[in-house]
Amino acid sequence: MSPTTQGRRTPGADLPDHPGRLWRSAEPKRAYDVVIVGGGGHGLATAYYLAKNHGITDIAVLERGWLAGGNMARNTTIIRSNYLWDESAGIYEHALKLWEGLEEDLGYPLLFSQRGVLNLAHSLQDVRDSVRRVNANRLNGVDAEWLTPEQVKEVCPIVDISPDVRYPVLGATYQPRAGIAKHDYVAWGFAKAASDLGVDMIEHCEVTGLDVRDGRVTGVRTTRGPIAAGKVALAAAGHSSVVAGYAGVSLPLQSHPLQALVSELLEPVHPTVVMSNAVHVYVSQAHKGELVMGAGIDAANSYRQRGAFHIIERQMSAALELFPVFARAHVLRTWGGVVDVTPDASPIVGLTHVENLYVNCGWGTGGFKATPGVGWCYAHTVATGEPHPLNAPFSLDRFTTGKLVDEHGAAAVAH
Amino acid sequence: MLLIPCPWCGPRDEAEFHYGGQAHVAYPENPAALSDEEWARYLFFRDNPKGLFAERWSHTAGCRRWFNAVRDTATNEIHAVYRVGEPRPVSA
Amino acid sequence: MTGQPYRREGATGTTLRFRFDGRDYEGLEGDTLASALLANGVRAVASSIKLGRPRGVYAAGCEEPNALVQIEEPFPEPMLTATTVELYDGLVAVGLPGQGRLADRPDPARYDAVHAHCDVLVVGAGPAGIAAAGVAARAGARVILADERPEPGGSLLGTTETLDGGPGREWAAGEVAALAALPEVRVLRRTTVLGHYDDNYVIAVERRTNHLGAAAPAHVARERVWRIRAKRVVLATGGHERFVAFAGNDLPGVMLAGAARTYVNHHRVLPGRRAVVFTTNDSAYAAALDLADAGVEIAAVVDVRRAPGETWAARCAERGVELLTGHVVAAAEGEGEVSSVRVAPREGGRAREIPADLLLVSGGWTPVVHLFSQAGGTLRYDEALGAFTPGETRQAVEAAGFARGVRTLRECLEDGARAGRCALAAAGFPLPAGDGASGTSLPAAEEEPAAAPAEHLWLVEADDYSAHFVDLQRDVTVADVLRAVGAGLSSVEHVKRYTTAGTAHDQGKTSGLLTSGVVAHALGVDVAQLGTTTFRAPYTPVSFAALAGRDRGPLHDPVRVTSMHEWHVARGALFENVGQWKRPWYYPRPGEDMEAAVLRECAAVRRNVGAMDASTLGKIDVIGPDAPVFLDRLYTNMMSTLKVGSIRYGVMCRADGMVFDDGTVIRLADDHYLVTTTTGNAAAVLDWMEEWLQTEWPDLRVHCTSVTEQWATVALAGPRSREVLAGLAPGLAVDNDSFPFMTWRDAEVAGIPARVCRISFSGELAYEINVSSWYGLALWEAVMASGEVTPYGTETMHVLRAEKGYPIVGQDTDGTVTPQDLGMEWIVSKKKADFVGKRSFSRPDTSRPDRKHLVGLLPEDPGVLLPEGAHLVATSELPEPPVPTLGFVTSSYRSAALGRTFALALVSGGRERIGERLYAPVGADLVPVTVTSHVLYDPEGARRDG
Repeated sequence: MSPTTQGRRTPGADLPDHPGRLWRSAEPKRAYDVVIVGGGGHGLATAYYLAKNHGITDIAVLERGWLAGGNMARNTTIIRSNYLWDESAGIYEHALKLWEGLEEDLGYPLLFSQRGVLNLAHSLQDVRDSVRRVNANRLNGVDAEWLTPEQVKEVCPIVDISPDVRYPVLGATYQPRAGIAKHDYVAWGFAKAASDLGVDMIEHCEVTGLDVRDGRVTGVRTTRGPIAAGKVALAAAGHSSVVAGYAGVSLPLQSHPLQALVSELLEPVHPTVVMSNAVHVYVSQAHKGELVMGAGIDAANSYRQRGAFHIIERQMSAALELFPVFARAHVLRTWGGVVDVTPDASPIVGLTHVENLYVNCGWGTGGFKATPGVGWCYAHTVATGEPHPLNAPFSLDRFTTGKLVDEHGAAAVAH
Repeated sequence: MLLIPCPWCGPRDEAEFHYGGQAHVAYPENPAALSDEEWARYLFFRDNPKGLFAERWSHTAGCRRWFNAVRDTATNEIHAVYRVGEPRPVSA
Repeated sequence: MTGQPYRREGATGTTLRFRFDGRDYEGLEGDTLASALLANGVRAVASSIKLGRPRGVYAAGCEEPNALVQIEEPFPEPMLTATTVELYDGLVAVGLPGQGRLADRPDPARYDAVHAHCDVLVVGAGPAGIAAAGVAARAGARVILADERPEPGGSLLGTTETLDGGPGREWAAGEVAALAALPEVRVLRRTTVLGHYDDNYVIAVERRTNHLGAAAPAHVARERVWRIRAKRVVLATGGHERFVAFAGNDLPGVMLAGAARTYVNHHRVLPGRRAVVFTTNDSAYAAALDLADAGVEIAAVVDVRRAPGETWAARCAERGVELLTGHVVAAAEGEGEVSSVRVAPREGGRAREIPADLLLVSGGWTPVVHLFSQAGGTLRYDEALGAFTPGETRQAVEAAGFARGVRTLRECLEDGARAGRCALAAAGFPLPAGDGASGTSLPAAEEEPAAAPAEHLWLVEADDYSAHFVDLQRDVTVADVLRAVGAGLSSVEHVKRYTTAGTAHDQGKTSGLLTSGVVAHALGVDVAQLGTTTFRAPYTPVSFAALAGRDRGPLHDPVRVTSMHEWHVARGALFENVGQWKRPWYYPRPGEDMEAAVLRECAAVRRNVGAMDASTLGKIDVIGPDAPVFLDRLYTNMMSTLKVGSIRYGVMCRADGMVFDDGTVIRLADDHYLVTTTTGNAAAVLDWMEEWLQTEWPDLRVHCTSVTEQWATVALAGPRSREVLAGLAPGLAVDNDSFPFMTWRDAEVAGIPARVCRISFSGELAYEINVSSWYGLALWEAVMASGEVTPYGTETMHVLRAEKGYPIVGQDTDGTVTPQDLGMEWIVSKKKADFVGKRSFSRPDTSRPDRKHLVGLLPEDPGVLLPEGAHLVATSELPEPPVPTLGFVTSSYRSAALGRTFALALVSGGRERIGERLYAPVGADLVPVTVTSHVLYDPEGARRDG
């Protein structure tokens, strides 16, 4: 070993230490005021805000596997609020404001890094749609800028803005306050804070049925026995259709595998988050140096937490189109989660036709960034029995009235 | 990359196919007679089971024919394929 | 050999020069970078990521957890394991402290991918894999045998085992060469199988020229992805040795026993001079004795067991090797590398320091079950092995040899042959007649000593666990794992995330089970219950470039061009990507910017005549007796009443009532229509039609055929277009009565058979001339040669249609817009009982009066051009956000005809706001605009007939 490597330490290797005590893994009691089905980020945040904002602490969070081991452990951790429609901007911006104070609120280092996000435009229509979104964002108080290709290069020097690219970069929207956080830490921060307020975290407890009497939910059946509940709040992501089905609630959801991957640790090259819909890429470089990339969703419905490989190959060709310097980086690990997608690519948060049964689902590929925001609003909905104004537009009846929040069709950016 | 047995062409890579979601959802006889709820159900609500699922595929990069398959969404195993208009096989 | 002090006597081969960490060294052909460094006495290769501790070569294969290097020359490549880098002349590398570095220049190498199909894919060319491949291949099956190393043999490469009386590796080489000569067998060397997917879809990457360094031929793909579909897969993937957690187990000089054996036997390198061997099982004895035979002094064999295999004990005694049973290594000690080993009785007692520069460790062997697990196979804990072995799987996969927990060479060969027979039978081949279990003759292996049971020791107990490493790459110690467990975590997945164990470059190949073992130890549970973390693809890291393959630049997505493309390029057109098509955007003349060029092109069309290449519009032939009914059901307006010879504009909606596409419908015969689509939607519209026809209306006798590529189209527009057409088509009666608006005629144009349609997307007198695409360029050149025809591009087309209020689907619509929103109530049939989308128009939201309508906007300052995408508000000053938007600008242009700027916009209740003043926030300004009708030019349609 030469003097150049001797004793050299790697930037980012010293992640902050976790607290010495996280959460109590509890045995289920016979009854709770509120049972939350799903111990992912949304379920945990909901439990925390129910306890903190509404004083409801007799809560069980039921997780079928290990806590926060579903999509919360599998996402690419992008946080932003630059959504097109007012309704979306409302809830995501609320979330972003909460993110900005969350480390302090939870007393947990979340590695929340506001490094900005670039959403690239590759066609003249992309440019129109992007400028439209920037202007919409500004009216909604969401920080947003339109950048020329040269400005894109200043923010992220490794983006190839040359015209040789099959679909050249014609510009980008930029949200400086956007960024990333460490997903596990976020989950554990909420879990610890909720646990400290008296919430029971019950792991390896799969819900196998919902008890409904006279149009009202009264409890859940689980692999660890029945649990009575005053209210039941679903937060089961990709499995929402299955769980809601136990109460005869059908949801306009389709579950698909979504994949992501990481590279080895690399010296810093990528200072922000870059997303492109046309050349399908979303990438950031995490604190320790690994490139974290999301791939596309599999076309067919599946509950396999594993996607098809040709999706990864396409993802790599797209990545090299925009970032030729990635050529000899290596894929270390790929993985998949199951996302529940709605017809308008917006979530469903609110009441159901079964009294005291609430749904929060349909976040598709973009649920992580909403974690504190939806936790806050969903807790309000569950506690009061009325939707919070920010999630009222995301009710189930929008599919009947036709008042969709179409983040898909409007060429906005999902994820 | 599933290996999908097209009833017309034989087994082919998934990348040759286009997915069409749930099978056996007929266009309503008389849409005008439906309530908004019923119409919404046709437009937006599809089954999403974890387990056997009768679904549509189109062999877009091959014979361009639509057909149906019964696939287990928990394992991705295809139990049967059959032509449009045929009933879902009883065994699958 | 003086330059390679640790090279064994008698090693031969070409000398290769390389540079590591700034120093020049020599190695031998056949070396890995790791073996060459060891030959030169380089002990510390890298430093650890978090603690900055020196780290040496630990293993001899892809499971290496320590020796991470960065290649600098011939081309920078981040983070490879020195144990898998084949040495070549001119290699320049440095050791890594945890992070690699990307090149700052483009990668000149090629990458590609191929598909392959086979009856039996055998992964791993060790004894079991070769035996399996032999059985399958000799029965005539199509066999692919893939192995990650440059030469076959697997475990035989590192040992001195014999087969049929000769060296095992020679048998492997001979047998594989014989198999490769069979016509249906493909042997893939340097090929790592990375992933096992549904339906036996297997991904492998072949490293084709990496080992050649700068001598690699440029035309050969550096790496090639193999996409293999196999009827059956035999996983003969062998095992990885694991280590034990004790103090200082990361010091350079600590090495897995099996790896040391490989360096001595295969690479002819001594990994040290004086060694202590620490083991929990019999396997390390063979390593100890091979090293001793090669001249390494074995100071002691420290066996945690009271009763090691008797034969091995006897062999140690024969060679005078001290055997300490019931002992453990309490610590490896030394400054920067091992200089002594502290050994103590397991049950407590006086420790002893043994001077040594090498400490071999064997904590047992773990079957490589990655691919089996990826294939959805379950794992079961094998008590005797202290590791997980393959259980059940739904996939057509068999494991063989040590991957299945089979130990001895003879048994592995037999198990391979068994797996080969199973695969053959399952793939539908008759089993070969033949002797014994295999049907093929297996080589005779030596008798191996009876094995004594291994003991499964995860860690050597101590008071301080801060230097008991579990994951060397991530600097995770037993203390870290205990802290995680102490925080309340009881799942290995949680512990992995808390400590980062298993997340590094090696993905826990040597540390995964050890981590589980330590967690189980801490929790007081059985490792069998605890399990491991999930195995994920890729098995070893794979370059982005390999997976991207050829799909980059122009091949990233097909480039589609029209038959007139060359002309446009020659005339300096700028191009717009529309879907996959390259469309001329505008044709600047010298000195013109886009604005000037477009104003000129627009004026030419309005005043004179212009031509546009409209070949990219989608064209679909709809043929059959039920074609009229079919089109009535898909378009919002009536197509069955269209007369043969006539043309009608039509809009299609999705079932949700939102505009999906628009275009013209031409009736060629009673049972034959030709419909056009937008350029970007051609494939989607054809798919849409086929979906309805095949899945909903199979009773309709209709066939749809894409003819987009078969026709080339020239749009000829402007008051003088009739004159130009008449000149080109002397046989065609072009007067308005003979050839009225919205009709078509067959004619010869410039001597080319053509279909001429009288349609207009500009409001001017206009024609679209369609010819076979073979004649597209000839037609275009004839049009241009005819006189004063100005070529114009998509931008001018957009301006001209916008002046007339014609929407562009996808620009003035966004999937949330109905025909009524566009002011096209007239195109929504009231007569038809139903068409796709009709029911949705009466939903509460689609019948709201305040929906966004397409309207025109005139900035009060006629020189101000609104940005497309600007929003509109009602007030002249912006209140605090959130400010409700009234709508947004979809199209905005300078108009030559209007002599001012104008825009189209979707505005809430827009038609009721005509005449109102709204404001568009642009930068810091609020630009006042007046809402107008969306038809701004020639609202009477006076120009249509010329």
